[in-house]
Amino acid sequence: MSSNEWPLWEVFIRSKQGLSHKHVGSLRAADAENAINNARDVYTRRSEGISIWVVESKLISASDPKEADSLFDPADTKIYRHPTFYEVPDGVLHM
Amino acid sequence: MKDINIEEKEREFQAKIDADIKIEPNDWMPAEYRKTLIRQISQHAHSEVVGMLPEGNWITRAPNLRRKAVLLAKVQDEAGHGLYLYSAAETLGSDREASIDDMHAGIAKYSSIFNYPTLSWADMGMIGWLVDGAAISNQVPLCRCSYGPYARAMVRVCKEESFHQRQGYEIATTLANGTPEQKAMAQESFNRWWWPALMMFGPTDAASKHSALSMKWKIKRVSNDELRQQFVNVTVPQAELIGLTIPDPELNWNEEKQGYDFGTINWEEFNQVVQGNGPCNKERLDARRKAKENGVWVREAALAHAEKRKAKMAS
Ligand SMILES: [Fe+2]
Ligand SMILES: [Fe+2]
Ligand SMILES: [Fe+2]
Repeated sequence: MSSNEWPLWEVFIRSKQGLSHKHVGSLRAADAENAINNARDVYTRRSEGISIWVVESKLISASDPKEADSLFDPADTKIYRHPTFYEVPDGVLHM
Repeated sequence: MKDINIEEKEREFQAKIDADIKIEPNDWMPAEYRKTLIRQISQHAHSEVVGMLPEGNWITRAPNLRRKAVLLAKVQDEAGHGLYLYSAAETLGSDREASIDDMHAGIAKYSSIFNYPTLSWADMGMIGWLVDGAAISNQVPLCRCSYGPYARAMVRVCKEESFHQRQGYEIATTLANGTPEQKAMAQESFNRWWWPALMMFGPTDAASKHSALSMKWKIKRVSNDELRQQFVNVTVPQAELIGLTIPDPELNWNEEKQGYDFGTINWEEFNQVVQGNGPCNKERLDARRKAKENGVWVREAALAHAEKRKAKMAS
């Protein structure tokens, strides 16, 4: 029976012009058009959005949480990538 | 014997929970944590969906267009809540259709409150005010639940719930301030819903079998009895304000605990309803099964249509 289930889609909503689309949740739908219509009914009933993206969940590739340390820890030691790392003499303006 | 690796992972997992770091779908988690969450989230989802039935009963008989539009919007919200929750359960590997079939087979539960009938229009007031009110008390702490997708779903749900409670209280207030017949209707309905609403918080802490682990894992953050007490404390003054009488001769303000003492819940009735012998258990399950069966052709047709379109675009 499960083979008859509609595919799963991830839903992204732009809440207003000028902001990026943000992941809000997922739903099942037969195709993209159906997914957008369902997303409108489920995720924008209170003016939460002006634009919807949907993408089939199975098409998303994700980083492996087990590799989070090796992927992201190296950034922690590179504080010189932040402007606050640098000393600027008193009196310097507009920098 | 557990291997060292698992014990180490369990320790790390608990350390994350203790540090209030959320658990996300692909993170390692103990099998029992996953199982507990799937059970709880899918039960919650089933409750949202079955919960549409008692109110659906009154949509066509709402007393005016405003009430009808509001009730429709409220019931539509509940469908959305069911969907957020089924999606959250799916992130744990739960099969949506199988879980719905489990409910239809009586293996998976939903909130017992929805096995009571809606006999008068006043029941729409009591459901919004008391039933959604009790649900809110349960759900607010769940917004801080350790499992990310469940917590996020609860944030959305709670935002939407507060209108549900207010529209219910508005109905109750209007009736309570109406003609003697309307006031009597409100009181009669209140008398029927008060105790079942208190049962919504589940068994007493002493009798609750899932609580300890759920607390340790921060799935549950406040105990059943504490939540029930909070609900009584806030609801009694709301009832008094509109002139309704709490159907409990033992209800009494306790100065020392700064809360109300109240009578003993009829746990025999609670158990009977949980076990399937409530006034509407059969009717609710029949309605859900029928809805699923009658919708099969629609779901199949939509899939066939999508396939056909895909083929057309490819050629
Ligand atoms: Fe709800
Ligand atoms: Fe709910
Ligand atoms: Fe609700």
